[in-house]
Amino acid sequence: MQEFVEFTLGGIASGMVYAAIALSLVLIWRGTRILNFAQGGLAMLTTYLASIVISRTGSYWEGFAAGLAAGLVLGAVAERTVIRPVESKGPMNAVIVTIGLLIFIEGLAGIIFGGQYRSFPPAFSIVGLRIGSFSLGISRNDVFTAGAVLAAAVILAVVFRYTPVGLRLRAAAFGPQVARLLGVRVGRVLTLGWALAGLFGALAGVLVTPSTFLYPNSMDAIFVLGFTAAVIGGLDSPVGAVVGGLILGVVLEYVGGYLGSDIVPLFGLAALVLVLMVRPSGLFSAATTRQV
Amino acid sequence: MSAGTALAVEGIEAGYGGAVVLHGVTVAVPAGTITAVLGANGAGKTTLLRTVSGMVRPRAGRIVAGGADVTGRRPEQISRAGVAHVPEGQGVIAELTVEENLRLGGLNRRHAERAAGLADAYARFPVLERRRGLPAGTLSGGERQVLVIARALMSRPRVLLLDEPSLGLAPRVVAQVMGLVRSLREESGLSVLLVEQNARSALSIADTGIVLNLGRVVAAAPAADLAADVSLRRHYLGF
Repeated sequence: MQEFVEFTLGGIASGMVYAAIALSLVLIWRGTRILNFAQGGLAMLTTYLASIVISRTGSYWEGFAAGLAAGLVLGAVAERTVIRPVESKGPMNAVIVTIGLLIFIEGLAGIIFGGQYRSFPPAFSIVGLRIGSFSLGISRNDVFTAGAVLAAAVILAVVFRYTPVGLRLRAAAFGPQVARLLGVRVGRVLTLGWALAGLFGALAGVLVTPSTFLYPNSMDAIFVLGFTAAVIGGLDSPVGAVVGGLILGVVLEYVGGYLGSDIVPLFGLAALVLVLMVRPSGLFSAATTRQV
Repeated sequence: MSAGTALAVEGIEAGYGGAVVLHGVTVAVPAGTITAVLGANGAGKTTLLRTVSGMVRPRAGRIVAGGADVTGRRPEQISRAGVAHVPEGQGVIAELTVEENLRLGGLNRRHAERAAGLADAYARFPVLERRRGLPAGTLSGGERQVLVIARALMSRPRVLLLDEPSLGLAPRVVAQVMGLVRSLREESGLSVLLVEQNARSALSIADTGIVLNLGRVVAAAPAADLAADVSLRRHYLGF
């Protein structure tokens, strides 16, 4: 019983990180049908920036804010500089460009920061919480991690559903031609989508890095799991991305806890292959009913 | 171009890739009138509307809307200049609700005017108010056509470009849609460029018309004259 609670809560905490990565992928996929393989690389870069700001200022929160702001800017800059020129040439071209961008970013980080592992501070204590003698298996920092992603996701949902800018974002995703005829500047809206994706990626980076260390490839494994979460959720559903992240986080925690942690990465990949084989449209996708 | 012209298209050449579809098309829509664009499939009717709204860039010629030269501008800019294009067929965004589709049409108006615009739309089209929370994809064909027209009106356009509003609709619904276009012109002085295959119903509400054939204007006259021209009817209009 105690183990089960520990694994479940721990799975929710790590699942919310996968959800943040998944959301960043979904935000871009919805608007452009591009899978951004550079998302993890961008998050690694913003986490380095956060790390530098933290060591300069001594303030975790200034670093946190700088990382997120850098995510917004980097997302927008990536779209404007390397994606925009190939956007009209078919999604596959852009996907290849994102892979190139990832290799470039990781190489650049290696040159600038070196390959050694750096530690990155957590926001709060990582000592396990307990109720009386009952261990919950999660720390204050895990609660913050899950809460931060949840809050960001809720804000995103409210913006999408209830604000003019959210309406523009959805209209540009579902009907770009019609949106343009109605005066929506679709180009700007796509840039905004990439910026928001950069923000969520950066959030995942600063939240997960205390437990993975920081190095040029530090986000690769997290990216694969975030991608898996997005696929489980159907790639174009923000709700699906969060649910997919939670499912994956909890399942992987059970696998690690009951079967052994060695097979967790293997199982993560197996889950991705399985979902793609059995239900490639994911659990929440509208793709099957979409009229193109 | 006279002051009373809402839309002037002068000597437009346009096409796709290497194919030229429009060969020097000229048409004027006097303010507060309906101009029908008639002709067979492939005559260039839809391309004409797409060129006016900026989806296709003209290679030659000039387009003046509401006194402003909009030649070569992008669709979102032309929309802001007061030209609303209701495209053929899939004009609704099926995943958005009826109300979201309407709101989308009014996003470029000032905040205070948006709510009033929405209330106006619901007053005029009660069927949309009843369906306001449903995804637009659940509407019938006639309801969708009403929605895309209502959505175009949300931006308070000076010129409405209507592409085949009768496409796929039952005759009774076609008559309703045509009646709606006519009443919009009479009540709000809207100027309309109406593309139709269904020449008979288009001419029944239009003030003037042009007939396109293979990208050239072969006739331009008051609607009644076009409707009365037996030779034109037989060769180009099919009724």
